[in-house]
Amino acid sequence: MSATTQSPTASDSRTPSSSPSRAARLLGDRRLPVAVTALLFLLMYGGGLARYQYYGFAEPQVFLNLFIDNGYLLVAAVGVTFVILSGGIDLSVGSMIGFTTMFTAWLVERQGLPLLVVVPMALAVGAFGGFLMGYVIHNFEIQPFIVTLAGLFLFRGLCLVISKESISISDSTVSSMAQAQASLGVGFLSIGAIVSLVVLAVAFYVLHYTRFGRRVYAIGGNEQSAMLMGLPQGGTKIAVYTVSGFCSALAGLLFTLYIQSGDPLHATGMELDAIAAVVIGGTLLTGGSGYVLGTLFGVLVLGLIKSIIQFEGTLSSWWTKIATGVLLCTFILVQRFMTTRKKA
Amino acid sequence: MAEPRPVLEMAGIVKEFPGVRALSDVDFRLFPGEIHALMGENGAGKSTLIKVLTGVYSLDGGTITLDGRSVRIASPLQAQQAGISTVYQEVNLCPNLSVAENIFIGREPTRMGRIQWKRLRREAAELVDRLGLDIDVSAPLSSYPLAVQQLVAIVRSLNTGAGDGEGPGTKVLILDEPTSSLDRDEVLQLFALMRRLKEEGVAILFVSHFLDQIYEVCDRMTVLRNGTLVGEHMVSDLDQVGLVQLMLGKAMGQLDELHEHQLRSDAGDTLVQADGLGRTGGIAPFDLEIRKGEVIGLAGLLGSGRTELARLLFGADQPDTGKVTIGGRRVSMSAPNDAIGAGVAFCSENRKSEGLVPDLTVRENIILALQASRGWTRPIPVAQRDELVAKYIKALDIRPANPEARVGQLSGGNQQKVLLARWLITQPKLLILDEPTRGIDIGAKAEIQKLVVSLSEEGMSVLYIAAELEEVLRLSHTIGVLRDRRLVAQIANGPEITTSRILETIASGEHQ
Amino acid sequence: MTTSSTTSSRWRALTRHHLFWPVAVLVLLLLVNVPFTPDFFSVRMADGHLYGSLVSIVLFGSPLILVAVGMTLVIATGGIDLSVGAVVAITGALACSYISDQHDQGALSGVLLAMGLGLLAAVVCGLWNGFLVARMGIQPIIATLIIMVAGRGVAQLITDGQIITINSEPYKLIGGGYWLTLPFSIFVVAAVVAVTVALTRRTALGLLVEAVGGNAEASRLVGIRSRRIKIMVYMFCALCAGIAGLMISSNTSAADGNNAGLWIELDAILAVVIGGTSLLGGRFSIGGTVVGALVIQTLTTTIYTIGVPTQTNLVFKAAVVIVVCLLQSPKFRAKVFGAKFAARFAAKGGAKPAAATADPAAATEAAPKMEVS
Repeated sequence: MSATTQSPTASDSRTPSSSPSRAARLLGDRRLPVAVTALLFLLMYGGGLARYQYYGFAEPQVFLNLFIDNGYLLVAAVGVTFVILSGGIDLSVGSMIGFTTMFTAWLVERQGLPLLVVVPMALAVGAFGGFLMGYVIHNFEIQPFIVTLAGLFLFRGLCLVISKESISISDSTVSSMAQAQASLGVGFLSIGAIVSLVVLAVAFYVLHYTRFGRRVYAIGGNEQSAMLMGLPQGGTKIAVYTVSGFCSALAGLLFTLYIQSGDPLHATGMELDAIAAVVIGGTLLTGGSGYVLGTLFGVLVLGLIKSIIQFEGTLSSWWTKIATGVLLCTFILVQRFMTTRKKA
Repeated sequence: MAEPRPVLEMAGIVKEFPGVRALSDVDFRLFPGEIHALMGENGAGKSTLIKVLTGVYSLDGGTITLDGRSVRIASPLQAQQAGISTVYQEVNLCPNLSVAENIFIGREPTRMGRIQWKRLRREAAELVDRLGLDIDVSAPLSSYPLAVQQLVAIVRSLNTGAGDGEGPGTKVLILDEPTSSLDRDEVLQLFALMRRLKEEGVAILFVSHFLDQIYEVCDRMTVLRNGTLVGEHMVSDLDQVGLVQLMLGKAMGQLDELHEHQLRSDAGDTLVQADGLGRTGGIAPFDLEIRKGEVIGLAGLLGSGRTELARLLFGADQPDTGKVTIGGRRVSMSAPNDAIGAGVAFCSENRKSEGLVPDLTVRENIILALQASRGWTRPIPVAQRDELVAKYIKALDIRPANPEARVGQLSGGNQQKVLLARWLITQPKLLILDEPTRGIDIGAKAEIQKLVVSLSEEGMSVLYIAAELEEVLRLSHTIGVLRDRRLVAQIANGPEITTSRILETIASGEHQ
Repeated sequence: MTTSSTTSSRWRALTRHHLFWPVAVLVLLLLVNVPFTPDFFSVRMADGHLYGSLVSIVLFGSPLILVAVGMTLVIATGGIDLSVGAVVAITGALACSYISDQHDQGALSGVLLAMGLGLLAAVVCGLWNGFLVARMGIQPIIATLIIMVAGRGVAQLITDGQIITINSEPYKLIGGGYWLTLPFSIFVVAAVVAVTVALTRRTALGLLVEAVGGNAEASRLVGIRSRRIKIMVYMFCALCAGIAGLMISSNTSAADGNNAGLWIELDAILAVVIGGTSLLGGRFSIGGTVVGALVIQTLTTTIYTIGVPTQTNLVFKAAVVIVVCLLQSPKFRAKVFGAKFAARFAAKGGAKPAAATADPAAATEAAPKMEVS
């Protein structure tokens, strides 16, 4: 009900055209959270350089590995960004990724289908799954939270229906693709990393330069208004979940490529990582405000935490979760502080 | 004289909701180049008719003819495409987007599917300039106050169908209570705009609760009552008394009884003393004394600070400056609890968002304030609770008289009574009523006003806020006049005080 | 004529009762088992313990009921608690690691202290959630996401990434022991449910919770100390999760920081929804939630008994979520069963059609709600 946030009593109507002070403007700028996350990334990276400079942290490849190791997360998080910008949430991401790995591995290994056929099928299934969830959310007005929860159960269940065991992929196309490297002079990127960056660029273009993208923001800002403004809010909502489903499936393919197997428990809980990346990237969970570029930095920050923990050596893997939680908490509190400042 | 062909003709319109016929067999015509008022009390079917016309509701019967062609309008989008644009009372825009985007969203200029941002901003700036508005179109809408947002909404609706030259352009502009949050200057600005559009041949459907505005700007009016058509008249043929009689379906008189009522001149000791109470962005520091049994009416335009003053006295907003003593004791006013503890009660103007809990029953809503003050550990004993609730349902004539009914399903007047009961049950010393009669039917209105008088006679102090000056004059012992978020005068009521005197004070900011 | 109309009105009153649909689903699910397991409803005695499908449904459903009961109150305030699964893990991890450090794992004092320690940690988590939601004003779904993400890490930190196994007779009692022929956990659940019902309905807490969930701003303006209530409710929810955590770790005599209570938050939310409490807050029903949790547990059992591969469990659960939500959606009912049917359902609040016709304003105000919301 963001329609009521700006009540007549709350606004000071005497100064309609006066411009707010510089500091207030800066604090109110919607790009600030992205800048903060970018700064955090640089600081962490700088800290890593200072601490592990003799352990090869300064290698450009360490930086590029962030994209290689987190490409699938970036793609998933981009999809989630769409959903969150529109004011929704998608909990089915992790399951969808797991399902895609299973589905792909099963078709390639057990059914012997060529990868060229399997990839479009997997993407279509993901997009259709997202479409279905969006359809239910919009047409029956059920909370996205609960519908995508059903999606989480469904796709994880379907993983297990395909097989309880993990299926490793020995297909030659897959392994050659997984090993393919694009040299950048100072290092290299994998196919997954490149695909994820392309997805990011496309998402940026769509969100900022197409009517669809602006509708996503409009709906996230005030859904009721968007409807009364004559925007096809239903179609947009369904499309947003379809995009997220598609991105999840694509992320699943990248994950398959990265790990070269299908497993019914792959990517359990990855929806949390994706949501955390989006929030850390400065997108408001209430919708309508945020940038997909922020999501990139969110993913990079999470990736960097993992790298640093690896470099540290003595820290166990669960510190990743704790650190993610702490970061999430900090960013949520900072966001909160900023939005209250804006209102005051 | 041959009448021109109407641009819009609605015939035999029927709209049913479960258990009720909201519109039955209503005809409505709109001619090009006219400003047409749609009049009716709450529940008359005005908003239902508008929602049918704009495709928010589907039609259960009847036909809509636009430009001589029969049309079916299934969605707001279709309505817009057909040339019917609407500006609602609440600003239906997206606060997170820029002004320019809000004006253009849905029909942004594009080339090969790519939005041309520069062109969009330029065109938005041109539009805004042409209307003489000083708005930075690249700033987010949320950085502007509601009144400006309203104007942006109108700019947007005017622009429908323009843009790339697609669509027929706005033929019908519906303004649904656009003036309720505008000050006088803004209203005049709006009227100028409406007149110009009228000259350009746009048909404007105008809804406003301010009768003066109707007579100032409209050419023709259609009156609805209880979902049926009462009549269509030229504004020049029907005077205000006639109009009110049509709207109410009965002669005036119910309210006149109150005119006979003698105001108590001898109010008691000081109950509330506010010294230099104020809040930045809310209301400038003011002093106010409220005596026992006194009714203080607040007069002032919308946005003049009436509600802000009341909210400070209740602790709903925290004051920056000043202090309040109630019954001789200093009260901190950092939260409503402080005020409630000191015997202050507050019925907000926003019944739905700040008053009722719609899912709960009438009984639960009534005991809520009392229970809150007792804390969760001490529930009101069942027998005592039922007795209290029954007593107030009877005393205030709440209908249906069923304590188990969900309050969300009651009519506006009955909901207001539930709120009153909620606070009366706590036996407050000071009752603050912010627009208690807004949006409720005339019968309930009179009952509530009578109640105020009798409460005051029993020694309760009342702070009464109403948009209608007559209402304030009729009830108050003292009238506080507000202007530009400042309490500019406190006038003792008497026979020589008239609405025009108050209006002068509001206009000049000083009392002679 | 008159008799038929009274039976139909009685039937209607029955179907309108808020527990009707959850109970109907539960009964239906139970009956599905009968063709596959003819002695499904029989309960037999062995070794002084009662055995039978019904007993095991309650036994295995116990942790879920506990978590769901706490969740109900949180949801009623208009919130949600995603962190309960992590709290389950933390509590179990703390209690088990404390017990495993003792020389005498069977010592009652040590076990009690361990349980106290675990529950204290749970309550602290709840306090933190409540603080973020009520004091800092952060959306519940986000605020509780923090512990959901970090909590499992903390649990693994406590157990050092291992699964701690213990051997403690007294500790075994809460999750796996028997008392008066019945599983002890049933008594724990009964006690918690009884306390919750008493706490909410014998005091005014239930009303105030519903008011806060139904309209937060109105509640502030009538002087309800909603912050306090919210913090209390989150703490209570975490406490329930903590008890469930003890129960789960006791049942397996082990603490698994990674998997204990995994997805229990989702099951719990599902149970609350099946029980008829709206995710938007306001009216709540503890009884409904208990039935809802039993429905979920029965579903799992049923899948076992009818011989469907267990891995399809999740698919069935998804189907249940969808069906329940669709049935609760007025839009869906309108589309599938026709508008009149939907209206009859939506009007379950008590206002009779007659009252509505007498009051057109009320009906027109209520009607758009069904259209839009």
